[in-house]
Amino acid sequence: MGAQLRVYRRRIKSVQSTKKITKAMELIASSRFVKAQQRVEASLPYTQELLRAISAAVSHGNNKGALVSEVENRKRAAVILITSDRGLAGAYSSAVIKEGEGLNALLTEAGVTPEHYLVGRKSVGYYKFRERKIANSWTGFTDQPTYEDAKRIAAAVLEAFNTPTAEGGVDEIHLVYTHFVNMAVQEVRVRRILPVEVVELSKEVASEKLDTKVFPLYDFEPSPEEVLAALLPRYVENTIYTSLLLAAASEHAARRRAMKSASDNAEELIRTLARQANQARQAEITQEISEIVGGADALASA
Amino acid sequence: MSELNVSVVAVDRSVWVGTAKSIVAKTPEGEIGILPGHEPVLSLLVNGVVRIEPTEGANVAIAVHGGFVAVDSDNVRVLAETAELASDIDLDRAQTALTRVQGVETPEAMAALHRAETRIKAAAAVTSQGLHS
Repeated sequence: MGAQLRVYRRRIKSVQSTKKITKAMELIASSRFVKAQQRVEASLPYTQELLRAISAAVSHGNNKGALVSEVENRKRAAVILITSDRGLAGAYSSAVIKEGEGLNALLTEAGVTPEHYLVGRKSVGYYKFRERKIANSWTGFTDQPTYEDAKRIAAAVLEAFNTPTAEGGVDEIHLVYTHFVNMAVQEVRVRRILPVEVVELSKEVASEKLDTKVFPLYDFEPSPEEVLAALLPRYVENTIYTSLLLAAASEHAARRRAMKSASDNAEELIRTLARQANQARQAEITQEISEIVGGADALASA
Repeated sequence: MSELNVSVVAVDRSVWVGTAKSIVAKTPEGEIGILPGHEPVLSLLVNGVVRIEPTEGANVAIAVHGGFVAVDSDNVRVLAETAELASDIDLDRAQTALTRVQGVETPEAMAALHRAETRIKAAAAVTSQGLHS
């Protein structure tokens, strides 16, 4: 066997084993994706009811409290980025980081200092490499987030929000995550969690197809203010939780797609290499024949 | 007679959905009993047991943590961070959890203690009424 042919065969083998890996990852991502999507659906009833209750409480009283009203002079804003822990998911994490950069620039332009709250090893790595200050970070759960995880994140940002600006607290909380539209489409979205945009809130409720035109005249216990004060942290937790779930579903979808195109590429490469290997093999045979014929000719003419 | 449409929803799933004759829940100001025709109420709930008397079948007890209840025109929605049907609660596990965290005074341990206590109460509420069929 000629040297050239051997090299081709070796490359085919190596591409084949890579393809096995990417194929396996594709299948794993598909099955996890289904689970992630089920979890998104399972969380919907709670989200809907919570939004409804908050809209009712907000529209009821004039006293909106700190969590709803905007601050005149914004100084600092918390920016939460939801990225993945692992790579091999195409542009999933970098798209979020890029959008986050845009938001950071926008905030800085408006004279607001962004404080970075990072979820997922990818964004942490990005910020650490650039030696930026990270306010807080969480890793290790992005493919299967739980409510506990969301609560931890919410507790940290709420603490910063409740601290007066003069003492280093933040005035706003922004969230950058990947919204899962469907299997083929996931888009990076930026949303402001706090202060709550009441208009947006009712729009959200409306999009959940709930009857929002008239809220019954609720009797609030203990009082409207207390109910709202207790519900808004829940709202923050829930928003973060839903975003984590949607991001996880997007991550699996992105990984599935990336791995599918990797497998397809490997297949294409194997096909090309096999052709080249065949060509080398045939060239080798032709050469041998012509050598034999040449040798026989030389013997006959001698 | 009219009846209540009840749904008990936890953050990650729907726990109990059905029609009921009455519901008893615990608010910061005391227990609240809800019958059909109750005025609209939006109330916080303390960690405790929500008892439901369904139109058909045996009473249901649900251990609820960090929740609230919304009532309007005979629709009752109980929302909670965690909600567990008493029949799903593993009493032995709750007991073990209780003994494990007793005497520890960190906030997490206190929370775990409360959870375990509520679970046990919910499980007891069902068994004492002899509702396990």
